[in-house]
Amino acid sequence: MSSTTAVAGKNYLTDPKGIGSWIYTLDHKRIGLLYLVSVLFFFLVGGIFALLVRLELWSPGQTVMSADTYNKAFTYHGTMMVFMVIIPMIPAAIGNFVLPLMLGAKDVAFPRLNLLSYYIFMAGALLGVGTLFFKGVDTGWTFYTPYSTKTGSAAAMMVMAAFVMGFSSILTGLNFITTIHKLRAPGQGWTKLPLMCWALYATSLLQLLATPVLALTLCLMAMERVFNIGIFDPALGGDPVLFQHFFWFYSHPAVYIMVLPAMGVINEVIPVFSQKPIFGYKAMALAVFGIAAVAFIVWGHHMFTSGQSATAGFIFSLITMFVAIPTGIKMFSWLATMYKGTLRFQAPMLYAYAFLFVFLIGGLTGVVLATMAADIHLHDTYFVVAHFHYVMVGGTLMGFMAGIHYWWPKMFGKMYSEGAAKLAWFFVFMGFNVTFFPQFIAGSQGMPRRYYDYVAEFTIWNQVSTVGSWMIGVGFVISAIYLMASLVGGRKASDNPWQALGLEWQTSSPPPTENFLVDPVVTHGPYDYDKVAA
Amino acid sequence: MSSPSSVDHHGKPGEHHFAHHFRSALHEFVTCKQGMWLFLVQEVLFFSPLFVAYFMFRAQYAHDFHLGALQLDWKMGALNTIILLCSSYTMARAVTASQRGEKSIVKYLAITFLCAAGFLVVKYFEYTHKIHDGLLPGKFMTNPELLAEAPKAAIFFSLYFCMTGLHGIHVIGGMGVIAWIMWRAHKGEFGPKYFTPVEMTGLYWHFVDLVWIFLFPMLYLVG
Repeated sequence: MSSTTAVAGKNYLTDPKGIGSWIYTLDHKRIGLLYLVSVLFFFLVGGIFALLVRLELWSPGQTVMSADTYNKAFTYHGTMMVFMVIIPMIPAAIGNFVLPLMLGAKDVAFPRLNLLSYYIFMAGALLGVGTLFFKGVDTGWTFYTPYSTKTGSAAAMMVMAAFVMGFSSILTGLNFITTIHKLRAPGQGWTKLPLMCWALYATSLLQLLATPVLALTLCLMAMERVFNIGIFDPALGGDPVLFQHFFWFYSHPAVYIMVLPAMGVINEVIPVFSQKPIFGYKAMALAVFGIAAVAFIVWGHHMFTSGQSATAGFIFSLITMFVAIPTGIKMFSWLATMYKGTLRFQAPMLYAYAFLFVFLIGGLTGVVLATMAADIHLHDTYFVVAHFHYVMVGGTLMGFMAGIHYWWPKMFGKMYSEGAAKLAWFFVFMGFNVTFFPQFIAGSQGMPRRYYDYVAEFTIWNQVSTVGSWMIGVGFVISAIYLMASLVGGRKASDNPWQALGLEWQTSSPPPTENFLVDPVVTHGPYDYDKVAA
Repeated sequence: MSSPSSVDHHGKPGEHHFAHHFRSALHEFVTCKQGMWLFLVQEVLFFSPLFVAYFMFRAQYAHDFHLGALQLDWKMGALNTIILLCSSYTMARAVTASQRGEKSIVKYLAITFLCAAGFLVVKYFEYTHKIHDGLLPGKFMTNPELLAEAPKAAIFFSLYFCMTGLHGIHVIGGMGVIAWIMWRAHKGEFGPKYFTPVEMTGLYWHFVDLVWIFLFPMLYLVG
């Protein structure tokens, strides 16, 4: 299929014009960009909190802030990064933009619901940020009872914020599943669906099935705080561990809500930059559903030390290790895809490599933590902090960076500076490892997480880690500069700058408001690089 | 279902002006229907923690829950069950009427709406009675006999108010949607070519009824 050429000057960014056309837009591409801007703003704020936390930990005792302020700083870092950044980062921002394009559709199934989801998200996010003006929150992002129901901070307002944002997540998931089922282009059977769409499907299922449980749990927690209903309060006969069960029933699948879309991005980037078909398409598609299914029955591994029975602990430990099987299938399939490929080392692919490297470490340390005996020692230490940053930051953020560099030309019709992108990549990737690898060491030696203070023996690891956080900061500042510069003075992007086969590359860059001037018909698979010249 | 060109008994794709990203009116209808079913799936999970908490605490405090349940008036609960079952029937008739383009749709929607209101009236009398007796959630429980005999019945009433309260919010939401649909039906917007909102409202309303079908025996009858 030949690429369609754009009608001069008419694309979704410029047509229609005016601020109202953005505020009330039903166009999935514009809604994706609204999410992107919002999420990046919250990423900046959450990142500043992260830098403050690391700065405080530069030396034992008080460095720059009081213990109470420190508790709030890490709570805001965690809450904002989880609920306002990492969960919506790939599905809501990038996914909204690319999903209908990849399906050859004109929009998502329910465009109005899509816009509503965005405003629900913003309402929740602003409520969450608003807690800063009401004494703040110091519970950590997990809101564990009974502390969260007793603390004098604005915890009720914060859980309501998470409750509201949850509905945005649920409705986006609902929208995406229906879109994938009903709006595929003629000829795009289930085996011709790009793996990014499969990943978004599995993610959406998790969003749809797990988020409501958290929503109601947070409701009960707020009721507990306001009305003392006693369900989580042991003094009234309630059970605080029940909160942990409910919380992790959502929040463990949420980890896969964060990482599956990143895997989807990597699935797209690696075949394009290897110019080879993806290895094991069907196994790759099944693997994301394997991960999603297992995600629902492993929550107890967060509670090995919460007093659950040894039998329950053993079963949760065993099932958790099963996650490594579909994940391993994906890792090896990516490697096999690159094997003897024509590799190109451009920014999206560099971030894909970074993903493979850090996700491997994050995944393997996950198996270590799944081992119950080891976890008793490592529970609530910096080893856990390092592990989940390797998965959530390493996984999701590297996947996001790969995706944003890959689809940037499509989103804005401009090319960024490849040299600057490589420089930023170096800082982000190196900085990430410098920040978090020392935490594995400090954690395995027993440094507890969330503490404001630590014994002097851990000083060196903390200082290395803090220097690393500055490197990450530099990397993202460089990224922000060259990406914004590309919008102003960037070279014009061609319709298909990476020689990719996905449908989204067959329309103009940036696409017209209707996505495709001629409705596409799919005649080949999304990764048939051996059969079709892109 | 998946093929947009197939025509089922719901009517032929016709003159209804469907949204631009669909291929036909039927394509729009089946898409909406799938979305609605997914919404109901998430509703089930939304209620699920309350059910889990109920069964867990019931197993833990069987005696207290039994005494707590005895405080509820099963006759009121049974009356409300009958009211909701009737409303489900009239809702189904309204959907059929809209598919056939019959004027009776407004009448059936009105009866459904009144049933929902009747349900809330009964619930109002139940709630005021419980509040009067001091049968309130958690710390607010002040009923002296029950506190002496079954202190953990406070959790039963926490769950009672949370579960029926959440269900009540769904009933109120449903009444809003039914009123809106009724107004549109009155304007003659629905017929064999376009009845999507009526059918979606019907699905939602049956779900709300179904939740009550579980709540009634769990709270009023067992024990």
